[in-house]
Amino acid sequence: MRPPERRPGTLVLADGEVFEGEVAGAPPPGGVTAGEVVFNTVMCGYQEVITDPSYAGQIITFTYPHIGNYGTCDADFESRRPFCRGIIVRDLVSAPSSWRAGAGLEEFLARRGLSCLTGVDTRRLTRHIRSQGAMVGAFGTAAEADLRAAAAAEPGTDGVDLVASVTCERPYLRATVRAGGRAPWRVTVVDFGVKTSILARLARIAHVEVVPAGWGAAAILARRPHGVLLSNGPGDPAAVRGAGEVIEGLLGEVPVFGICLGHQLLGAALGAETYKLPFGHHGGNHPVRHVATGAVEITSQNHNFCVADGGGAGTEVTHLNLNDGTVEGLRSLEVPAFGVQHHPEAGPGPRDSDYLFAAFDSWLAELHGAEADGAPFETAAASDAPPGAER
Amino acid sequence: MPRRSDIESILIIGSGPIVIGQACEFDYSGTQACRVLRAEGYRVILANSNPATIMTDPAFADATYVEPLSLEALSRIVERERPDALLPTLGGQTALNLAMALAAEGVLEAHGCEMIGASPAAIACAEDRERFKAAMVEIGLAVPASTVARSLEEAIAAPETVGLPVIVRPAYILGGRGTGMASTPEELAAVAAEGLAASPITEILIERSIAGWKEFELEVMRDRADNCVVICSIENFDAMGVHTGDSITVAPAQTLADVEYQQMRDAAFACIRRIGVETGGSNIQFAVDPADGRQVVIEMNPRVSRSSALASKATGFPIAKIAARLAVGYTLEEIPNDITRETPAAFEPTIDYVVTKVPRWAFEKFPGARPTLGTSMQSVGEVMAIGRTFCESLQKALRSLESGRAGLNCDPAESASDRLDDTALLASCAVATPERVFHLEAALRRGFDVADLHAASGVDPWFLEQMRLICAERERLAAAAPEALDRPAWRRLKRLGFSDAQLAYLWGIAAGEVRRARLAAGVAPTYKTVDTCGAEFAAETPYHYSTFEDTDETAPSDRPKVVILGSGPNRIGQGIEFDYCCVHAAQVLGEAGYETVMVNCNPETVSTDYDTSDRLYFEPLTTEDVLAVLDAEERSAQRGGGPGVAGVIVGLGGQTPLKLAGELPPSLVAGTPPAAIDAAEDREQWGALCRRLGIPQPPGAVAGSAEGARAIAAQLGYPVLVRPSYVLGGRAMVIVYDDEELADAMAEMSHEGSLGREGGLSAERPVLVDRFLEDAVEVDVDAVRDRAGAVLIGGIMEHVEEAGVHSGDSACLLPPVHLPEAVIEVLVRHTRAIADELGVVGLLNVQFAVPRSPDGTLGGAGGRSVYVLEANPRASRTVPFVAKATGVPLVKLAALAMMGQTLAEIAAAGAVEGWTGPVPAPGAADSWQPPEHISVKEAVLPFNRFPGVDAVLGPEMRCTGEVMGIDRLAGLAFAKSQIAAGAALPTAGSVFLSLADRDKAAGTTVAGRLAEMGFSLLATSGTAAALADAGLAVDLIVAKLADPEGPHAVTLLDAGGIDLVINTPQGRGPRADGADIRRAAAQRGVPLLTTVAAALAATAGIAEVREHPMEVRSLQEYHREIRERS
Repeated sequence: MRPPERRPGTLVLADGEVFEGEVAGAPPPGGVTAGEVVFNTVMCGYQEVITDPSYAGQIITFTYPHIGNYGTCDADFESRRPFCRGIIVRDLVSAPSSWRAGAGLEEFLARRGLSCLTGVDTRRLTRHIRSQGAMVGAFGTAAEADLRAAAAAEPGTDGVDLVASVTCERPYLRATVRAGGRAPWRVTVVDFGVKTSILARLARIAHVEVVPAGWGAAAILARRPHGVLLSNGPGDPAAVRGAGEVIEGLLGEVPVFGICLGHQLLGAALGAETYKLPFGHHGGNHPVRHVATGAVEITSQNHNFCVADGGGAGTEVTHLNLNDGTVEGLRSLEVPAFGVQHHPEAGPGPRDSDYLFAAFDSWLAELHGAEADGAPFETAAASDAPPGAER
Repeated sequence: MPRRSDIESILIIGSGPIVIGQACEFDYSGTQACRVLRAEGYRVILANSNPATIMTDPAFADATYVEPLSLEALSRIVERERPDALLPTLGGQTALNLAMALAAEGVLEAHGCEMIGASPAAIACAEDRERFKAAMVEIGLAVPASTVARSLEEAIAAPETVGLPVIVRPAYILGGRGTGMASTPEELAAVAAEGLAASPITEILIERSIAGWKEFELEVMRDRADNCVVICSIENFDAMGVHTGDSITVAPAQTLADVEYQQMRDAAFACIRRIGVETGGSNIQFAVDPADGRQVVIEMNPRVSRSSALASKATGFPIAKIAARLAVGYTLEEIPNDITRETPAAFEPTIDYVVTKVPRWAFEKFPGARPTLGTSMQSVGEVMAIGRTFCESLQKALRSLESGRAGLNCDPAESASDRLDDTALLASCAVATPERVFHLEAALRRGFDVADLHAASGVDPWFLEQMRLICAERERLAAAAPEALDRPAWRRLKRLGFSDAQLAYLWGIAAGEVRRARLAAGVAPTYKTVDTCGAEFAAETPYHYSTFEDTDETAPSDRPKVVILGSGPNRIGQGIEFDYCCVHAAQVLGEAGYETVMVNCNPETVSTDYDTSDRLYFEPLTTEDVLAVLDAEERSAQRGGGPGVAGVIVGLGGQTPLKLAGELPPSLVAGTPPAAIDAAEDREQWGALCRRLGIPQPPGAVAGSAEGARAIAAQLGYPVLVRPSYVLGGRAMVIVYDDEELADAMAEMSHEGSLGREGGLSAERPVLVDRFLEDAVEVDVDAVRDRAGAVLIGGIMEHVEEAGVHSGDSACLLPPVHLPEAVIEVLVRHTRAIADELGVVGLLNVQFAVPRSPDGTLGGAGGRSVYVLEANPRASRTVPFVAKATGVPLVKLAALAMMGQTLAEIAAAGAVEGWTGPVPAPGAADSWQPPEHISVKEAVLPFNRFPGVDAVLGPEMRCTGEVMGIDRLAGLAFAKSQIAAGAALPTAGSVFLSLADRDKAAGTTVAGRLAEMGFSLLATSGTAAALADAGLAVDLIVAKLADPEGPHAVTLLDAGGIDLVINTPQGRGPRADGADIRRAAAQRGVPLLTTVAAALAATAGIAEVREHPMEVRSLQEYHREIRERS
């Protein structure tokens, strides 16, 4: 499939700032796509970023200029399809090279209905967002006035429940690949927009069942999980309807591990405040200190919201971001629950924090004892394939 | 973990002279380390034999030992200084090897000196290829199949286990020396023999070749708390099989998916942890099979390296600086990121641009060497360029090289590729040479498939596809007219890196017209910032590169600015010494209140460190790029209400900025006006000036053709010196003794010869033919003149080798111990007269020839026959040496003088630390006060890298670097310089003499003294007869090569039966007698003296060394002595 021809296009930000480029990939419907514009500083791993459901409602700017160098690959999907509203790059590479490459990125974008604005001075855009804060914008082939109107009408992510748009419709299973050691655990993943890498990593220690975000605590506990993972996901934790109630119902009943949005929701359930960062953290190079050991981990990050320090009696901060001192991890001193803001599953990014899955494993062993059973989930509730996959 | 308080003093070992494989990147890293450790309050002791470095400036260490980097000298330094710690990881392989020797000899232990940064055990594991591979296998990393051989027999048996083809790597070597590929058992035998000889422990690794795989490097750092970070990933444009120092390399890695990159990152951390490099930086190389992504570890350098310097410049993360602080106990988390100031150094830089490094070679200097790249490094320098895309950075890098290219072809030199037929062009793409990248573009332009070119060259299709974008744009442009291009069109082509010069060629118009059309369309470069973080945080450090985007990031400024133009890539004839000059100017002008702006493109240097100047532009040194920087700085001044650019310094970076002087607004050129520079360069004007001043010159004339040259030679009489105009480092300069040699020389300079490719001979570019003064001592004088006419004589140097050997290749002494007082007075007088007449403001170097009369006196009665050879109103190569020998910071004085201060004002204000005068009065005939100690500068030659080349000195400069020997006696200083240059003079043994007829008389004196000291004499028959006539006993008469009988010198050298070779050649070129002997001596590392003058100096040195044990002293002590005396 030949990607459509590139056409001159424009990005207009909510504050009126204008950027010129060319629209590539899928032509946006009506010549306009709008969303919250964020930037990500990874130099490779663009496909994982684009297919990360946490970017729902957002337009991703890549700071590295050449995007598409090694094409795309089925193994690099982080979800069943991209949920972001578009991407902005300095140079969309049209001739990739890699033994792994399937379709080129431009073709991939076109096929998946995603638009790209290429040729943009992305450094100017990044500096603008850095100094003015994350803001909504619209890009496309439409007239500047139309884009301006679209940007003005775009609600952004504050107070918007985006989880509903990304969570799975029905539960599904991921078979364990645990080899050796003790029997696999049963871990239920609450899908706020889960990345495939998290499931792949969990499958090394557990039978994994993914359930929609709408499931109540009772339904989850009825599945008799040894542990529950609250997944990553898009947007504002305060806007995720019903999540707090579900998590409060789980706490104390089952060990809980939260990642990213899951961590924020856990923090909120434990009594902490959440707030929006000026422009978020999106990249693969953020240093995080593991408070207990003093070790520094270079982490994969993707979040605009954050758990406030000092909130939540009976909690302890376990990880801190060394760049801005924000909370990167916390645990409850009262119930078995911990969460991290960054992404131990990487995908993309460094795997320095991978030990957290091993820690989860030993923690479950500690809590459940050696004699805990290793039986799989009963299959009644779940199908064995993620619904809606569009490979 | 805080800074260690249990150590107070730290010894840092530098890397010695610039050689192929070890260049000024270690001056950069060592200088950073010295600065940061002193700032931490440690006493820093530095050992380095290289006087041209910034690090050996006395201001950078508490005790600076410019002494040979030998075990003996280092032992003396450790005994004398008793340092608490030795930091061995900042001076390249040289420092690492020396540190290991000091540890092995027990010197460190005996004096309570701890090795920090990397332990001897870790170094040994990383450096010993067999142990390294075993360690990698142990932690589950793949390595190429291999075996170790310690003899030729073991080597020949290797294919049984490893297979063929193989790559042979000697243990403990530098820059891949002695490394080679073999596809057949015969090739293996030859390559293995060379490798065994190159390894100091006679050990080679024979490894299954993975030539054609993709090559990557990761720069990794680790701290005491075991935190690891990757600073930079680098991907090689050239596939495995070309030494990484000879490869075009790109940062960051382009063709790795994240899963592949993370796998490599994890492997790198596992490697550094297993090897046990406790703190600091390491470079780890990987090969990746393009077919299936399989990764293998190739090697690791447990120290800072050329690649870490590149990575530092590419990312803005100062690896050496951080490594030094990690070595004294800090963790990454405790060190702030210099550039953002707010975030810690514990992170991984991310960049939002593409960096391309291209090496620079000097094959034209070594006729007989094949310009084919392989596993042994041959480049002498490199450039780096930054662009927002690969195309932009590649084209910028290629025009930065100053090899006459305007970018990736699209210039007159592309005809070399375009005239090849398809078969020849494809064949050229298959062989790695300096020209290959240009051949590849030509092939793409001709319509070759990317797949075919990838198959032929091994270059990844990604790079080739990018290059195809350049071809496609060119095709579009060829059909366009400059005035018809709109702004988007201009921006598109500029974003692909096209220079105005390329477009001028394409459209057949002047570059100035292109510039006007472009500016009329509103397209000028914008400057972005290198900030380590892809703009995520605000950057404090103004480190800029040009690109064509929407907005510019240069900050407004209200201070007067000085723009300093650097010297570009290192090459033979222009290297680190000019970087020293530029850095000194930046320092002193910054102190004087100017905003200093550096423009340079050499990633190895101190000048391109972001905190050397107030602003750094990492840019090519071309007219277009420099004018754009000046425009940007004027805009910055307008926005900030500042006075703008007060001056552009063109006189400190060698020929590179000097060539640009004429293109700059004349009012901006600081110091000596461009017209005066021309007057010194232009033969007619210069001759007239000398006649006006009554200073004799060797007779000569200018020829525009071979016939003209012959006529002049006939008139002058042979020998004559022939040299083309407007060249650097004596390029193609030659002394000829008859018509035939003259004809050869002229052919070389015509369109057919190697110089012909650089433009050839013409009326505009004539050749100079001068009478060659035989048996004359050449003298260099360096001076500074201010605008009021005060002339400060910095130093007078007497060359050891006679006139005719390029001054850069000759050893020299300061003070000139053999020159009579009267001659020195004449030299001073002439220098002052020339400086005044030219109107020099700044530095001036004058070269003289002082003939020896038949009675042995120099310069005739009262110094009347002193000839001036040339004058260069700019910084010379010897300036740093002079400053270190005399303690007078010449460049700083010159830089202030160029900006209008007088020496009297400088002295009164104390504007230059360490200098308070005496201030010479304008016009006064003052004398020069030389220091009492003797300093010798010796050249270091790269003959061991070019096995086919005759190791004889001539008027064409070929040295890559220099060393300095200092002592109280001339002989000792000379002997130290020889040790430092890697050819320690023997104090006993056998000396082999083979002398040209004209040298036999003087040679006999040398032989007599050596015989007195107990040397046995070996000689060829003719020389033996001369020695016998003088009553000297010759122990062995050695046969000439043509002679079937008797022992040959080459055989004896191979057998280790000769400790010193004195061979003075007749004529020049491979036909000349003795070339094989000299080649063999150079390959075996036997001291080789090719002039009688050097032999005399060496003999004096040997005699003094036999009398006195080696003593070491710091520069600070020598300089204090000078100050106290005055």
